[in-house]
Amino acid sequence: MDNLIKTLELKKYFNVGGGRQLHAVDGINIEIPRGKTLGVVGESGCGKSTLGRVMMGLLPATSGQILFEDKDIVSCSKREFQKVRREVQMIFQDPYSSLDPRLSVYELIAEPLIMNHVCKNKKEELSRVRELMETVGLAERFINSYPHELDGGRRQRIGVARALALNPKFIVCDEPVSALDVSIQAQILNLLMDMQRDKGLTYMFITHNLSVVKHISDSIMVMYLGQCVEIASSDELFANPLHPYTRALLDAIPRPTLEGNRNRKLLRGEVFSPIDPAPGCRFAGRCEFCRPECQGQNIELVDMGDGHKVACTLCYK
Amino acid sequence: MAKELNGRAPDAGTPLLEVKDLEVVYKTDENVIHAVNGISFSLNERETIGLVGETGAGKSTTALSILRLLPERTGHITNGEILFRGENLLKKNPAEIRLVRGAEISIIFQDPMTALNPVLTVGSQVRESLEIHNYDNKSHEELDARVDELFNLVGIPADRKKEYPHQFSGGMKQRIVIAIALACQPQLLIADEPTTALDVTIQAQVLMLMEELKKKLGTSMIMITHDLGVVAETCDKVAVMYAGEIVEYGSLKDIFSGEKHHPYTVGLFQAIPNLDVKTDRLQPIDGLMPDPAALPPGCKFSPRCPHCTEQCRSGIPSLYENEGHRIFCNLYAERE
Repeated sequence: MDNLIKTLELKKYFNVGGGRQLHAVDGINIEIPRGKTLGVVGESGCGKSTLGRVMMGLLPATSGQILFEDKDIVSCSKREFQKVRREVQMIFQDPYSSLDPRLSVYELIAEPLIMNHVCKNKKEELSRVRELMETVGLAERFINSYPHELDGGRRQRIGVARALALNPKFIVCDEPVSALDVSIQAQILNLLMDMQRDKGLTYMFITHNLSVVKHISDSIMVMYLGQCVEIASSDELFANPLHPYTRALLDAIPRPTLEGNRNRKLLRGEVFSPIDPAPGCRFAGRCEFCRPECQGQNIELVDMGDGHKVACTLCYK
Repeated sequence: MAKELNGRAPDAGTPLLEVKDLEVVYKTDENVIHAVNGISFSLNERETIGLVGETGAGKSTTALSILRLLPERTGHITNGEILFRGENLLKKNPAEIRLVRGAEISIIFQDPMTALNPVLTVGSQVRESLEIHNYDNKSHEELDARVDELFNLVGIPADRKKEYPHQFSGGMKQRIVIAIALACQPQLLIADEPTTALDVTIQAQVLMLMEELKKKLGTSMIMITHDLGVVAETCDKVAVMYAGEIVEYGSLKDIFSGEKHHPYTVGLFQAIPNLDVKTDRLQPIDGLMPDPAALPPGCKFSPRCPHCTEQCRSGIPSLYENEGHRIFCNLYAERE
């Protein structure tokens, strides 16, 4: 299959003093085919945002490879990376703090164009900004407004316009809708899906909201403490979750129906520390099926068919 | 205990909380913001009401008004009554309201990360409200015992009470905030988006904890949230708020399975991606929330409503009522 971006044993460790290391991203292998969306879900602190930042080159990887169109962008030179930089963009979580309050909408959207010397003259720049505003559904009358004059939905549209300015191929969306109200959230999700259809974009969609991720993704990766515990196509994952953590996660969603699960099984305990974790399943402490073989050895991802991979001893044959 | 839960029954006595025609404005130098525009609801003992709506609907303002915690200079209650066990909270002086706050009505704030004081131990923060409301002169040891009891109640080992907030995770902090709110066994607990800042698995734990405590202690609750899933799980009654008004009010069943709904409620449900049915496109509600400093005349939802008529734009929408299910919309009243 034609993969736009691929990672091989990607790791990101942070030094936390005393010679200890925090394993934020610990051996992630993903492949995202061109024009598709990979959803990344997990609780806060599982390393999903770090993964996004490492893939964008905003944080240097500790080890491993990121292959963008078969070229490794971890080991390449700075100059070579700058070429790739245009092709990979990011939409940030909080439209309230990710925009410079002293820049107008025009300046915000023109910024990436100026930085990369895209436009020959001011006239071209203006027409490109207008075009981008129209694409993301921002009325032209806002062109000289400042971010504080706009509501969250419109601000996030500026974020989308900035990401689209350089015609990228790959966009990392880091919780783009979690700061927005439901009715606005739906508008932005529709916009992102339309963009993908029209421009053939590839997304990595990071979120903790499972109903959003199901709606937008082709395949979904579930992360737990820096590792991938399950990866499958979106429909397969929701229909047939295999890892106990995935099941617990799906079970915990409050559903807006009367038959909602008022007596669900609860996960005991909380996420434990990702600082120098011992080998073994990192979910073991909260897992009701935990067995002796879950500890002491690393749990590998096993392919259960059709690309549905799980890291759980229950699935070992 | 055997009290009839149905507030409309004549022998049920007065409801625990009654909010009547509450109006709140925020006055700034530039303009007057109409945050709450004449809302009324009532809550009986052991009941939970959900206030649902988007940012700016006036949910939190309603909660703050009940506790008289509105910002002193800008927030003003211009009309209405808030009756708590028949007494009007708005008529009380600051000393009297302090006796109610924390003891009879308490609140859980949205963000556990900022609701706790970072330089005090969590134990002393739980203890604080016990000390303030220590009317029967309990001894030092009795108060200590009560703090331990509260920690156990919310599922935190009592020997962690000497630690500081930063040593706890978000879910644990929210449990501490709940322990503080429950310290004096209030009759009414206001939960302002108690789980919005938490992960789903932790959210499930906290909701379950609140549900258990509600059963054990017989507390009534006002649940403020924008998550319809949380409402379905915890509430008995629901009030859907829009631009400072209650547009639809009814039992959980009325809202989630009734046939008639306010167009805004319909919009809210359609805007969330459904986990069970595959949809290609979401249906967002067109337009934006009106500017609270310049609300449209007539129905506040009319500029965004797909069923809007001339009548909606000019006059106050009529009320449709069916066995306690109230909808403020011309759509249904016309046909009656």
